[in-house]
Amino acid sequence: MSQVASAGHHVDTGTVLLEASHVTMRFGGLTAVNDVSLVVHPGEIFGLIGPNGAGKTTFFNCLTGLYKPTSGEVRFAGELLPPQPRLVVRAGMARTFQNIRLFHNMTALENVMVGMYTRTKTNAIDAVFRLPRHRREEVESTERARELLAFVGLTASADMLSRNLPYGDQRRLEIARALATEPKLLLLDEPTAGMNPQETRQAEDLIFRIRDLGLAVLVIEHDMRFIFNLCDRVCCLVRGEVLVQGSGDVVQNDPRVIEAYIGSPAEELPSTKPATPEPGTEDGEGPADA
Amino acid sequence: MELFFQQLINGLSLGSLYALIAVGYTVVYGIVQLINFAHGEIFMIGAFGAYATWMVLGQPTDWSAPLSILVLLPVMIIGGIIASVTVALLTERLAYRPLRNAPRLAPLISAIGVSVFLQEFVRLFYGRIPGFPDAKSAIPFPVVHGISGEIIQLGGVTIQMSAVFTVGALVVCTVFLWFFVNRTKTGRAMVATSQDPDTARLMGINVDRVIMAAFAVGAGLAAIAGVAHGLSYGNIGFRMGFLAGLKAFTAAVLGGIGNINGAVVGGLVLGVTEAMATTFIPGQFGSSAWKDVWAFVLLILVLVFRPQGLLGAKVVDRA
Repeated sequence: MSQVASAGHHVDTGTVLLEASHVTMRFGGLTAVNDVSLVVHPGEIFGLIGPNGAGKTTFFNCLTGLYKPTSGEVRFAGELLPPQPRLVVRAGMARTFQNIRLFHNMTALENVMVGMYTRTKTNAIDAVFRLPRHRREEVESTERARELLAFVGLTASADMLSRNLPYGDQRRLEIARALATEPKLLLLDEPTAGMNPQETRQAEDLIFRIRDLGLAVLVIEHDMRFIFNLCDRVCCLVRGEVLVQGSGDVVQNDPRVIEAYIGSPAEELPSTKPATPEPGTEDGEGPADA
Repeated sequence: MELFFQQLINGLSLGSLYALIAVGYTVVYGIVQLINFAHGEIFMIGAFGAYATWMVLGQPTDWSAPLSILVLLPVMIIGGIIASVTVALLTERLAYRPLRNAPRLAPLISAIGVSVFLQEFVRLFYGRIPGFPDAKSAIPFPVVHGISGEIIQLGGVTIQMSAVFTVGALVVCTVFLWFFVNRTKTGRAMVATSQDPDTARLMGINVDRVIMAAFAVGAGLAAIAGVAHGLSYGNIGFRMGFLAGLKAFTAAVLGGIGNINGAVVGGLVLGVTEAMATTFIPGQFGSSAWKDVWAFVLLILVLVFRPQGLLGAKVVDRA
């Protein structure tokens, strides 16, 4: 089930950071996520793949408290996760979004500082009376926010309104904002969507550096090369269910995964199906709409 | 020319009063998209709270001017703020929070209900407190020596001390607000929540607490406006929040509802327009009876030609 992957980093397989057991999410008659169980270890990069509509983002929403799962439970560092987003953040989980959701009319720096909300201690009373504690903490959090911007490579854009940033920079800013909540696990929902190959490579490098800080990363992606370069383990969801789960090699070579992405003979014309499709060559979104 | 400056001073004083109230409309609207029609009554409660504080202090009428300005007035203001913030938080908790996910019309109607309730409550209850005057008609506001009735002559222009207090209060509050919004984490959380409440939640922000902070800030400023109103006009009444609230709401829309700077600018523009209209529009249309007409004509003109308000709805923009 677990193994140490490439590049000489250490995955602590002895401890469990995130444990989702039998998570099911139904919307009326539609079962978006069906009995999904997975485990993420500290320091691990875990990939979640699957065709459009497979329930990946719904599963993320269950983890971060936006949805309350119909059944099943999510444990984080051994504790049952409270079904409230702000408490999930406090517990140590942060996320980015498939469609970027920055605070558009705030500067990059301010966006990151909003992320620090739960990790700063001064309250409104301190602020009103301008106690030294408040001023010191403001200076510290500004400094820390600038460090985070530097970490993702946005030093020069600190005072720009986030809506004026180029697309790729907005994605990186979202990551910096998520890091500001001081998470132990970072959830990235399609971090390279809409990026060119060069930006994708930068994103890859950034995720490795985040992992090297000691964080675990759970990432949803459609870009197969990106996923298999990056991830220690991969889980493939199809129609809300786990199809395969395991090391990159195992998932990459599973014929069912290939079928899920390229389409089964029943959905596509049998004659057009390639004999040995290579998922690694497929960029962007999978053609099989579920 | 003297007349122009006189009316400018009068307009700025009136406008500062509107602006102080308008901030409450705009901050709350920016975060929960609710037009809190009970906010005018929060302003009224502030004035009555200050009056009650003066009663509790033993109705001091003979304090010297420095003592009145440095001790009596601040204590009365704090009393007013405590009263209006308490009432605002209670209404938020009891009348608006249960309707948070209801259609937008529901909390609006709830707000109108709260408004009527608060007016009637003060009207019927205030006089029942032992020693307190009956509030069914206007009550003379306590005299604060050094401000009430005092004037400064500047050439031909008369400046009332109460006007100095009102404008000064607006300046201090605006600086305080700017600092609060831009330099504190609660302020930043407020801006973030107004732009995208769901994402704010996912950043660990306690949205309930942010909404309470918005109501509290608005109520605090309204209470200061209530005291300023008492000092300027010399009396307070249970109905004073109605027209003042409507005008302040107009000011908030004028400046761009949801935008704090807009509320301040809108209030000042509205106040100066009213003052100027009563003086410089000739004939019967310029009499003071017409000032409300000109105020709302201005609102309609702005809404037709610049529907987002003078400064635009910056804080609520969620595109």
